Amino acid sequence: MRMVSALLALGVLAVPARADMPAECRVAQHLVEDSLRLPGVASAVAAKHLNVLVLGAGSSVLPGPGGVNLAYPERMRAALTETFPGVAVTLTTDITPHRSAIKMAESLVGDLRKSKPDLLVWQTGTVDAMEGTDQDQFNQALDKGINIAKSAGADTVLINAQYSPRTESIIALGNYAEIMRWVAVQHEVPLFDRFAIMKLWADFGTFDLFTATKNLDTAGRVHDCIGRLLAALVADAVKPDSPPIQGGQ
Amino acid sequence: MAPVTTERDLRLDLFRGLALWLIFLDHIPSNAVSWITIRNYGFSDATEIFVFISGYTAAFVYGRAMRQNGFIVASARILKRCWQIYVAHVFLFAIYLAEIAYVAHSFDNPLYTEEMGVLDFLRNPDVTIIQALLLKFKPVNMDVLPLYIMLLVGFSPVLWLLLRAPSMALIGSAVVYALMYKFGWNIPAYPNGVWVFNPFAWQLLFVFGAWCALGGAKRLALVVNSRLTIALAVAYLGFAFFVAMTWYFPRVAVFLPRIIGDNIYPIDKTNLDVLRILHFLSLAVIVVNLVPRDWPALRSPIFGPAILCGQHSLAIFCLGVFLAFAGHFVFTEVSNRLLTHVIVSAVGIGVMVATAAVLTWYKNIERGPRPPAARPGFAGGDA
Repeated sequence: MRMVSALLALGVLAVPARADMPAECRVAQHLVEDSLRLPGVASAVAAKHLNVLVLGAGSSVLPGPGGVNLAYPERMRAALTETFPGVAVTLTTDITPHRSAIKMAESLVGDLRKSKPDLLVWQTGTVDAMEGTDQDQFNQALDKGINIAKSAGADTVLINAQYSPRTESIIALGNYAEIMRWVAVQHEVPLFDRFAIMKLWADFGTFDLFTATKNLDTAGRVHDCIGRLLAALVADAVKPDSPPIQGGQ
Repeated sequence: MAPVTTERDLRLDLFRGLALWLIFLDHIPSNAVSWITIRNYGFSDATEIFVFISGYTAAFVYGRAMRQNGFIVASARILKRCWQIYVAHVFLFAIYLAEIAYVAHSFDNPLYTEEMGVLDFLRNPDVTIIQALLLKFKPVNMDVLPLYIMLLVGFSPVLWLLLRAPSMALIGSAVVYALMYKFGWNIPAYPNGVWVFNPFAWQLLFVFGAWCALGGAKRLALVVNSRLTIALAVAYLGFAFFVAMTWYFPRVAVFLPRIIGDNIYPIDKTNLDVLRILHFLSLAVIVVNLVPRDWPALRSPIFGPAILCGQHSLAIFCLGVFLAFAGHFVFTEVSNRLLTHVIVSAVGIGVMVATAAVLTWYKNIERGPRPPAARPGFAGGDA
């Protein structure tokens, strides 16, 4: 498995990267390619104004005064600005730690009315796994959120839980990750597989996710890469099918 | 009364032992070796095998007791067994608490402030421990024993009926399964949600196992051995294998018609999805046809280790949960290389086999000079 991943990663390295992605991020770039289409985002980009809403819980922020600027939502905004020159990218966030998908789906109605996004980036799945939320309710909350985003004219990208090696034997992410995958397939929305991406980085030693630290250095680089890879997924999802063009180059 | 075979069927011990190994491999998070386990190649996994065989052996052991000593004595023995499993569950919980407390002390990372919230319950251990004793708080990988306890607690009346009207008992079990789907029955868990293994669903496999042990297997023999059944089983396993491949190779997914995907997902493990039952039954049909009861190789040293583990299922299951914790500890603290995964998996299984051998030795010295063949099957009631 690792051999295959390594070969795939090497294959990706040969392709010119968008928005000057650092090599450490590109290790996982193959995991965000072949995305499903995001038609709403495509027309927003064509209209030169892209409005993004990030709905998330505690793993969408970093602690400390500079945390917001280091965390992936802001890094994604910066990367999208680089990727789509001439497009005004605005970002709204609704991030509250320790919030389940059910509560997020509830607060999404107000968010959509306020910020009228073209793209909803929805990070969830960790808190629900920690609390053991009823799986049917989790599934329904995802359905509901994606549907109301759709009726409000926004495309959705789902982000699953982080790979957290120390808590792996304590938090059973499995069922919730699978539900997210199925919901994404059923609604034909892209799933940003943050778990697989971070696992790949940990396996390759790209980032050390094991060592205890209070330092934000690694965390900041991880979030920077996640932001850039999200932007790469979006760029891939709005790229016309043929002829292929290199957006933002 | 239904006829009961008295001779020990080593296939049950063999496959329960194998299921215990697979459960151990699957329980180590991110274990590269778990790629060999059956859950990756179809819908069902080792849990189905374990629950079915547990039902089979429970009926075998306690059916004999109920026939010879009556309802009260057999029920008392079943409840004693429940108590043993409950104690085992509490023992595992103590190990789990130790692991959690270690993680809480040794881990601090700004990336994972959210995930560390899972340790918050250490702040009110009174509530958590009581909920664990009530079987409502069930940490990762500790769901099977509470299920097993529930299945055994309700087993006496089912066994009574199985001995008199086996078909009625099986139909009753299927009705409970259907009502569970209709009304969404399950047992609440702490802090919220429901049991990961819904006893109202999983009882179906347990009772089916018991029904097979009490003569059902003989009645099914014609069906199980028919060419049509075998062909259907092979076709279904092939279908499940193909669907499983679409999980790992998204490019294969385009060949899966959308209508199939829309209808089969999600494949519900909590409520024992029908697709999972069919997958298990197909596997069972193939195994029963490939491995005859009197297959000489069952007594060969190759299968000895798995059979040994299967004969001490409760102890080896608990040991496996502990070893999975320990294995994950090695991955995070020592090394996460592929070779480590292989070594940890192999050493874990080795420890399970060695422990089972020691338990057999103990059983023999405690049993005294009586020859083992005179003993009723399944390691003295290890149902």
